[in-house]
Amino acid sequence: MAAETVTFKNMALAKAINESLRRALDTDPKVLVMGEDVGKLGGVFRVTDGLQKDFGESRVVDTPLAESGIVGTAIGLALRGYRPVVEIQFDGFVFPAYDQIVTQLAKMHARSLGKVKMPVVVRIPYGGGIGAVEHHSESPESLFAHVAGLKVVSPSNASDAYWMMQQAIQSDDPVIFFEPKRRYWDKGEVNTEAIPGPLHKARVVREGTDLTLVAYGPMVKLCQEVANAAAEEGKNLEVLDLRSVSPLDFDAIQASVEKTRRLVVVHEAPVFFGSGAEIAARITERCFYHLEAPVLRVGGYHAPYPPARLEEEYLPSLDRVLDAVDRSLAY
Amino acid sequence: MTVESTAARKPRRSAGTRKSPSTKPELVQLLTPEGKRVKNVEYDKYVADITPEELRGLYRDMVLTRRFDAEATSLQRQGELGLWASLLGQEAAQIGSGRALRDDDYVFPTYREHGVAWCRGVDPTNLLGMFRGVNNGGWDPNSNNFHLYTIVIGSQTLHATGYAMGIAKDGADSAVIAYFGDGASSQGDVAESFTFSAVYNAPVVFFCQNNQWAISEPTEKQTRVPLYQRAQGFGFPGVRVDGNDVLASLAVTKWALERARAGEGPTLVEAYTYRMGAHTTSDDPSKYRADEEREAWEAKDPILRLRRYLEAANHADEGFFAELETESEALGRRVREAVRAMPDPDRFAIFEHAYADGHALVDEERAGFAAYQASFADGEGA
Repeated sequence: MAAETVTFKNMALAKAINESLRRALDTDPKVLVMGEDVGKLGGVFRVTDGLQKDFGESRVVDTPLAESGIVGTAIGLALRGYRPVVEIQFDGFVFPAYDQIVTQLAKMHARSLGKVKMPVVVRIPYGGGIGAVEHHSESPESLFAHVAGLKVVSPSNASDAYWMMQQAIQSDDPVIFFEPKRRYWDKGEVNTEAIPGPLHKARVVREGTDLTLVAYGPMVKLCQEVANAAAEEGKNLEVLDLRSVSPLDFDAIQASVEKTRRLVVVHEAPVFFGSGAEIAARITERCFYHLEAPVLRVGGYHAPYPPARLEEEYLPSLDRVLDAVDRSLAY
Repeated sequence: MTVESTAARKPRRSAGTRKSPSTKPELVQLLTPEGKRVKNVEYDKYVADITPEELRGLYRDMVLTRRFDAEATSLQRQGELGLWASLLGQEAAQIGSGRALRDDDYVFPTYREHGVAWCRGVDPTNLLGMFRGVNNGGWDPNSNNFHLYTIVIGSQTLHATGYAMGIAKDGADSAVIAYFGDGASSQGDVAESFTFSAVYNAPVVFFCQNNQWAISEPTEKQTRVPLYQRAQGFGFPGVRVDGNDVLASLAVTKWALERARAGEGPTLVEAYTYRMGAHTTSDDPSKYRADEEREAWEAKDPILRLRRYLEAANHADEGFFAELETESEALGRRVREAVRAMPDPDRFAIFEHAYADGHALVDEERAGFAAYQASFADGEGA
């Protein structure tokens, strides 16, 4: 199927990842898909639907319910020459595997002085907005971006989901692949022939002149909505989809801020020590004389993720981002 | 000196000497501490065809490993190494299991498997880089199928299991051996590796060297049942072997590896042994264990018992022992000279292998670091 030129007009983001995994399994016999319920069920979000049926239980592996075991055995499989793509069922379930990811997966290449490579993709459905119970709505990307040796990415749309997964699987470095679960069913065009660009480059999704909104994953769509709303008030906002949190495309942000002179960073993760803090610090260094206002951030609060009935208060919303836009423009 | 200070310096007998957690260890033993060969219906066949030359080889391995280990301890005392984790007392467990392996088998060690490294052909001086602080692992794991030392205990049992799952997927008949200790047996990763290997029937041998002490904590702080019995609950066999008996360690490991190759899945081997030295050169065992305990284990010394056997069976003459003594001193000298000659790494090594495919931030920070170093007038850096 990989050889055919196919453009899917209306593919859900979850299905795009499914197609991407299918292509990888099809083209490289060393690629494995592993995780809890990824087999017959196709994963709790059906991202791996039908893969075990077509590629067998040796390639699409239902694992015991032990996240450290999933990542730890994936490391061993990578040492044996495999390229495992493991699924952590929900964001809040990754922490039993955190030690294996931080202490082993991230450092193995350096520890071996480059002799050993760790082509492991850790897929994590993340973020809120789906009315879930505790531990099912978190955004822990900063906890991984802080660790040298890991790469951290998050697609915002179906096309990126498809291609970024292809690129993540081809990477010889471990990639933490954050999937915006509330956007799993958003549809978009996916061209399986045309690679849209490098994995770790940001993309301008809307050009503007008055202020730059920076986001990734689930917040890109929100920022586009914010820009539309602001346009009705005569404000022309630029929206940048970072796509990658580590490495982070500071050049793209800098280029945008040198034009707009104002920056608001939006993410679901708590603002405190979040990726927005790093962006604010670096952009202040790079663009000090261009900035008309301090870099502002909109994100979660320094409180445990709230029960579902309160999550709309906790998460960045259209109005909260617009409020930050207004505050920035008021300087 | 007051009575109190004397008491504080010397552990009381009640704190220092302990009962084993098991009532009576069911120990596989082929050589008694006195060097007598005892029959064992189950395991004799795994060493039935061993030649006198091979026995001398095992003896040589143990003596040279101990010599290397002693040299490393001295080098730490002389300030040439930052730290050393001695294997003193565990030579038989390591050489016996290490010599049971085939070249295509894969080893996942902790940080104390110097004897196994020796068996795999890893140059001893390569083990010392991380203890000197010039690298975090100075050998290519794939050239000897000997993985890098793992410092966070237990983590490597999962890597071993994954590697073994890969062997099974490849349809190969190689096996994997995962080393860990009594302390690591409490780690969740070890339990998870037992679960995964059992569920996937992975060709892995879990080789637990129960050396009785996890730094200052005795085995009964880790378990209520003898460790080898844990395997039963996971659905695979466990066996306790006399870890100071090189022949028994060899036989039991061969048996376990054969099971793995035959598709019979994992095995847990508990090698019952003793850490004769400190946990590392930073440790002080006099604070938590009694001399009597160490003395009792000294009588079970792994090298002495094989020597007694070799002499009684006329498998080795004085010439052999004298030659080995010379070889041993030469090894010590070679290691000493190699360590002293080991250069500090280039300062840019900090950035060198952070990523396989590169990372924009690392590039930027390396450039910044270079500019800072270049800012010094003499061009020599800070």
